[in-house]
Amino acid sequence: MATLSSDSRPIIGRGPSLGARFFFLALISVGIMVLDHRQGALDSVRQWLLSSVYPVFRVVDVPFNAWDWVGSSFADRSRLREQSGKLAGELRVANLRLQRLESLTQENRQLRDLRSASTGIADRSLVAEILRVDLDPFRHRVLINKGANASVYKGQAVLAADGVFGQVDRAGLGAAQVILITDSEHATPVQVNRNGLRTIAVGTGEIAKLTLPFLTVDSDVKVGDLLITSGLGGIFPAGYPVAEITKVERDAAETFAIVEAKPLAKLDRDREVLLIWSEPVPSLDSAPPATTKPTP
Amino acid sequence: MMHESRGGFGRVLATAVLALILTIVPVPTPIGWLRPDWLLLVVIYWSLATPRIAGLLFAWLCGMVIDVVSGTVLGEHALAFLLVGFLTHRLQLRMRIFPIWQQAFVVLLMLLIYQFLIFWIDGMTGQAVMTWRRWIPAIAGAAIWPLITSVMDTLNRRFSR
Repeated sequence: MATLSSDSRPIIGRGPSLGARFFFLALISVGIMVLDHRQGALDSVRQWLLSSVYPVFRVVDVPFNAWDWVGSSFADRSRLREQSGKLAGELRVANLRLQRLESLTQENRQLRDLRSASTGIADRSLVAEILRVDLDPFRHRVLINKGANASVYKGQAVLAADGVFGQVDRAGLGAAQVILITDSEHATPVQVNRNGLRTIAVGTGEIAKLTLPFLTVDSDVKVGDLLITSGLGGIFPAGYPVAEITKVERDAAETFAIVEAKPLAKLDRDREVLLIWSEPVPSLDSAPPATTKPTP
Repeated sequence: MMHESRGGFGRVLATAVLALILTIVPVPTPIGWLRPDWLLLVVIYWSLATPRIAGLLFAWLCGMVIDVVSGTVLGEHALAFLLVGFLTHRLQLRMRIFPIWQQAFVVLLMLLIYQFLIFWIDGMTGQAVMTWRRWIPAIAGAAIWPLITSVMDTLNRRFSR
C-alpha cells in the first residue's frame, strides 16, 4: 500500500529534510574515519563496540562447538587409544628437546646480555581459541576468545603450533581480532635462517603465499630456505619459524628478484593459537608497528 | 507489493540481527566469496517497506556494526550504508511500483555503488583488495533480491495481522 508522499513521516515535527540528515551523518562518518585512521583515538571506543557485538559471535560459534563436543564424546575407543599413543610419543620427543632448550635459553640469555640486545625472549604464553566466524572473505583476520581482560594488547605476537600466526590488531574486552601474516596489510620482519639475511615478508591476501619484494637479484636465497622472525620491529620475538621459500625467480635486467614463500603455520586450519608476552614488555609508544608497509 | 506496517521496530531489529549472523556464519571459502551483503539488503528492504522506522540513522548504525565486526576503519561501512539508505529513500516511491526484475536491477546498481565506495575508502586508508571477486557479492545480492522480498513480505504480512 504505497503512500503518496516519499516522506511518510507526519508533516508536523518533521525535523530536518532527508538531504540534510544525510549530509549530517556523512559528515560524522568522515570525522570518525579521520579520527580512527589518523590518530587511533577511538581505540577504547572500538574496544567497547567489539565487546558489545561479542554475543553475536558467540551465538554463531556455539553450534559448531556443540557439534565438536558431540563428535569427540562419541569418538570410538580404538581411535582414542591410537591418538593417545601418538601424543605420548610426541611428548617424549618434545621433552627431550626441551631439556636441551633450557640450557640453550640460559646460554642465549647470557649472550644477549653481553651484547645488550633488546629483542626479548618469549616468557609467558596463553592459549586462545579461534572463534568460528567469518569476518571478511578478502581480509585474513580472525577473532580469538581472549581479550583485554586477559591483558591482551594491540600489536601482540600470536603463534601457532608450526610457526608465526599473526598479531593482535584490535583488542576487545573478551575477544580480540588477529591479523594474519598473509593479510595484504601485514608485513613480517624475517631473516633467512641459513645465512641471517634480513628482509621483510609481505602478505599477499592468499592464504598460502607470502612475497619478499625487497630481495635483490644477487641476494643469497634459494628454494627450501627457512625464514625465521628477525626480532626487528619489536612485535615478534626473534627466532620463530615463519615460512619456507617456494619460488625464487631472478631476471638479470631487474633490480629485485621475485621471491615467494609458504607460511609454516596452518593458517586456515588451526583452531588454537598461542599469545606471547615477550620478556621486556614492549610499550605501545616505543615499539614501531610491524604492519607499516614500506612504499615499494 | 511491499507491505506497509506500523510498530514493526522489533521485526526490523530481529531481521537485522539475523542478517548479521548470516554475515559472519562460517562457510567454505568459495561460498564465502558468493556471500551477499545480507545486512545491506535488509536495510534496503526496510527502507522501502517501512521508511518511517528504518530511516537513515538505522542504515548508518547497521554500517557501523559491520565496521566493528570486520575491523575496518570506523565509519567506512557506515558511510556506504548511509549512501545506499539515502538513495533508497529518494527512489523509494518509484522502486515500490517497479516490477521485481527492475527492482533487482536498481538494487544491483546500489550494491555496486556500495562496493565501489568501500573499495575507494579501502584504497585511501590502507591496502585495497585488488581482486575481481570483490564484485561477486553485489551480483549475488541482486540475484537473491526477489527471494528476499518475497520471504520478508510474507513474514511481514503474517506478523502485522
